[in-house]
Amino acid sequence: MSATPDSADGRLVRPYGDTTGDGMVQVSFTLPLPHSKTAEGAAAQLAAKMGLEPALVVHAKPMGPDFTFFVVYGRVHHLVDTSKVRVVERDYPLLTPPEVNTAVRRLLRRRLVVVGGCIGTDAHTVGIDAILNIKGFAGEKGLEYYRELKVVNLGAQVSVPQLVERARAEKADAVLVSQVVTQRDAHLLNTREMAAAFREAYPSDRRPLLVVGGPRFDESLVAELGVDRIFGRGTTPGEVASYLVDSVRKQVEARRSA
Amino acid sequence: MSRGKLDLDPATVRRARSLARKAGQPIVEMAQQHTTVAVERATLRLGGLGGADQEGTPWVNRLLDVVRADLAADGGLEHGVALPVWDALLRGEAEDLATLAQRASAGSVRFRLPEGRDATRARSASRKQVGQGIRRIDSRRRERDRLIKRFGDAPRTPWIYLIVATGDIYEDIPQAQQAAREGADVIAVIRSTGQSLLDYVPEGATREGFAGTYATQENFRLMRAALDESSKELGRYVRLTNYASGLCMPEIAALAGLERLDMMLNDSMYGILFRDINPVRTFVDQRFSRQVHARAGIIINTGEDNYLTTADAVEAAHTVTTSQLLNEYFAKEAGLEDWQLGLGHAFEIDPDVPDSFRLELAHALLARELFPEAPLKWMPPTRHMTGDIFRGYLLDGFFNLAGALTGQGILLVGMMTEAVVTPWLSDRDLALQNVRYVLESAGSLHEDFHPAPDGLIATRARQVLGETLELLERIIDHEHGLLDAIADGTFGLMRRPSDGGRGLDGVARKSAAYYNPATELLEEK
Repeated sequence: MSATPDSADGRLVRPYGDTTGDGMVQVSFTLPLPHSKTAEGAAAQLAAKMGLEPALVVHAKPMGPDFTFFVVYGRVHHLVDTSKVRVVERDYPLLTPPEVNTAVRRLLRRRLVVVGGCIGTDAHTVGIDAILNIKGFAGEKGLEYYRELKVVNLGAQVSVPQLVERARAEKADAVLVSQVVTQRDAHLLNTREMAAAFREAYPSDRRPLLVVGGPRFDESLVAELGVDRIFGRGTTPGEVASYLVDSVRKQVEARRSA
Repeated sequence: MSRGKLDLDPATVRRARSLARKAGQPIVEMAQQHTTVAVERATLRLGGLGGADQEGTPWVNRLLDVVRADLAADGGLEHGVALPVWDALLRGEAEDLATLAQRASAGSVRFRLPEGRDATRARSASRKQVGQGIRRIDSRRRERDRLIKRFGDAPRTPWIYLIVATGDIYEDIPQAQQAAREGADVIAVIRSTGQSLLDYVPEGATREGFAGTYATQENFRLMRAALDESSKELGRYVRLTNYASGLCMPEIAALAGLERLDMMLNDSMYGILFRDINPVRTFVDQRFSRQVHARAGIIINTGEDNYLTTADAVEAAHTVTTSQLLNEYFAKEAGLEDWQLGLGHAFEIDPDVPDSFRLELAHALLARELFPEAPLKWMPPTRHMTGDIFRGYLLDGFFNLAGALTGQGILLVGMMTEAVVTPWLSDRDLALQNVRYVLESAGSLHEDFHPAPDGLIATRARQVLGETLELLERIIDHEHGLLDAIADGTFGLMRRPSDGGRGLDGVARKSAAYYNPATELLEEK
């Protein structure tokens, strides 16, 4: 190899402490050991096994009689190759609210209906409210603000049958579900249940778009969970609205060409 | 008389209270005219009926459902459960409530509404038996006073309030005991997220819950016993908190009184706004549960912090103050005293807003000065905890400092891993180090803290109070007052009409024959 790996097209990188290529990282963890020299040695051993070499245990503090908390600094030798990173990139154009409204009018000649809520026992409406409520999120107004979107926010703890029934009654074009609670993988179980219920209740070409969001979702699990789109943390209402318009446009075009 | 640190105009403060009374009175009248399935089941619980059938349905639900069905043609719930139930006992249908409930669910008892002398006898029998439950609550209250005297009270205010939430009561117990050892004065066991919408109280010790542990009488008993042990070990009484909210609020309040819980989350409008529970159902259940808490010597914690998780903390500051005034009115009407009012508020202003800390101090001090005798419940930042744990730790430090500067009574310990994970052992320890450092280093700094009368803090506090008055006036101007204001989204941006929401089918307007021994006994004192 001729070029140094670290500089190869800027694709290969390692962590940066204060010098390029120094590989410095910092971690903290707790071991179920009373504080002692042995415990500190155990922390250094763990750091070495994690690939920190050399590792410096800079802080060790007893937490009660049976636990010790550590802060460790160390150097990793790993390189990451950005060309091999796999993420879901935005594959639709980002539109402003007026552009969304114009596109909906042109595509549907009626308002686009969005039904949303938190399913299962999840009572955290923060996510769905950030997307739907007029108040919005990150300086962007929520979907209620868009004149051509009709928003029905069912709030917290909506059962899947309730959601399906309301989606039918409202002739929903899209169903938005937010899941915050992840204990025992509740978010994944609930999402699969929801997707299955919609597939059962609708013929495949009539089914509304199924969109889930929440801070702990892996955006690449779309097929596995049976939904059309997953949005992770930090998603803004404008992104969701733009996605909906883009998907509806594809549906309409598909129907026209069929 | 001193006008405090904010120079609030006493006439304005009096006017705020009188507006809150005016907004609240029609709600109290409505609550007096109605009963709910949960109030009636709480009455049966105070009469000594507990346990559940093989499917886990509590006997109080079973019995009430049969009574309601038998009397369906004759008004159902509207006469209350006491007259038909104790009439059946007096007629010899069963020797006690438990047997009556079993026989009733097997279909071998017929209930009727007794009249004349039969009604008089049923009234007095029910009063006697429910009175035993109330006396048990009284004795648990005396026991708390005794234990505080024996072990000692929390060493300082604010009381340090920590949460456990494993879903398994047998995991919660060691965690709670460890948290107490680390310095917690109050332990709260978070409930499973689904519980507020269950129309029954689960039974027994539970090991399965989502993001929390079910509130059951047995879980209450186990945790209180464990914390009694810790109190003895640590030489200070460690308080226990749970949630009297959702569809079973009156029953949970009764169980809390019977098992000597010390604080209960209990907000007048939370269930309506955030759980879409019917407004009438909530206000009726609320009043009964607060009467029980008053009797049991339980400190309530109200939920104003929640408004700020959906609305902007600066724009909506006056909705918090308005709700505090309403909560105070409803609480006092139900018999609670100032020392029992843990009125809620929170540190939720966007840290990127200029002067955000000064604004926080203004809001916190306003609450302190408006309710000088109440142990305010100070809630940490959640909305602007981004996952950047380092920034979160700093924000929590400022939250603690605001608490120390403004004399908050109950300080919920903020976790730097808020919005990331349920707190780890180390998160809790680091959070407590943060609290201890700030409280100890600030010492009695609040004595030196006198905001300039014309400075931003005092001006902002007066502005929020002014907006509060305007909002209260707007509420009163609605045709049906507070109920209409709740319906049109005045609070927390949620619209909740009085004929919508969950649990409405469990509400009945009281008949002329209605009798409830628990309400009668609770209102006598």
